[in-house]
Amino acid sequence: MIWPVDLIIMLLVMICGIGAIMVRDLLGAAILFGAYSFLMCLVYAIMGAVDVAFTEASVGAGVSAVFFVAAVFHTSRRTKD
Amino acid sequence: MRAFALITVLMVGGLLFYGLPDFPDWGDPASPASTHLSPFYIEQGAADTHAPNVVTAVLAYYRGYDTMFEAAVIFSAGLACFFLLRTFRQKSIETRLYRHLPTGVTLRIEEGGKTPEGSDEFEPIDSHWVPYDMIINLTCRLIVPFVQLFALYVIAHGHYSPGGGFQGGVLFGAAIILYAISTDLRTAFKRLQEKAVMLLSALGVLIYAGTGVVCLVLGGNFLDYSFLAGILGVDAVMARSHGILIIEIGVGLAVMAVMVMLYYNLSSAGRHDEGL
Repeated sequence: MIWPVDLIIMLLVMICGIGAIMVRDLLGAAILFGAYSFLMCLVYAIMGAVDVAFTEASVGAGVSAVFFVAAVFHTSRRTKD
Repeated sequence: MRAFALITVLMVGGLLFYGLPDFPDWGDPASPASTHLSPFYIEQGAADTHAPNVVTAVLAYYRGYDTMFEAAVIFSAGLACFFLLRTFRQKSIETRLYRHLPTGVTLRIEEGGKTPEGSDEFEPIDSHWVPYDMIINLTCRLIVPFVQLFALYVIAHGHYSPGGGFQGGVLFGAAIILYAISTDLRTAFKRLQEKAVMLLSALGVLIYAGTGVVCLVLGGNFLDYSFLAGILGVDAVMARSHGILIIEIGVGLAVMAVMVMLYYNLSSAGRHDEGL
């Protein structure tokens, strides 16, 4: 593992994770969650777990983001809290 | 309430960090997992199953029973989404929109009006309809077959490279979802009906469990593929390799169908008339 790359990705993971629960726009939260999943996929790939990284990229960053957008489509974009 | 939630989260996080130093280091050869189980799989995996990718050998052969229930969990997740969201009561849409294909004129027909249903020159369009974007339409049309081909490659090549039934199934489902997004839900239904999706998801789990039962009938343990050698006409090791491929196809079918089912139900809120 190259530690500067690792550190940058971990920082971005934290920013995306906190941003996804803090942001008021639900569509923005869905997209931030997709970015979070993709960064986690990079972490898995760095650790050598390529199969897990592949699953995370296809399920977490790909299809579940679409499901979130489809669910936001049927509700309001602004959250109350 | 928020303060309570924050305190709970902080306490659980603190407990996790407190327990962290007891974990073995990442990649430590002396850790319990690396001393007993992993060497056996790494040494025996390729010899037992002809699968150079140890992860596939563990997932589909040594731990095949666990993977079968993972497929069953995904199948029940799809069923749960279906039962929660699907509504068969037809919601009456007051106004319907039809587009005249040769001229591009959109007709708006109020409730009780005469709809041009069945005519070749008109097509029904969604109430959230946005005008056709030729670039998006053509790009998605070009991409979809290649995504599907890549999905089949991922399923079939799971023995040698990362991937397998789950990833390939998700990719195949994503291709169909992309098609549904780039056109609309009704066009996707013409390609892959709801009934077909339900049947495929059940068929995938059936292929997986059925392979295990066939092994049982032939005198072996449940999911011991080496007993398929008589049917497939190969030796025991090659039979394990083929058995892995068969159950990967089952998992792929189930996952693909469940992904499409989830999208159909989520994007149209269970009404299956118009969606994203």
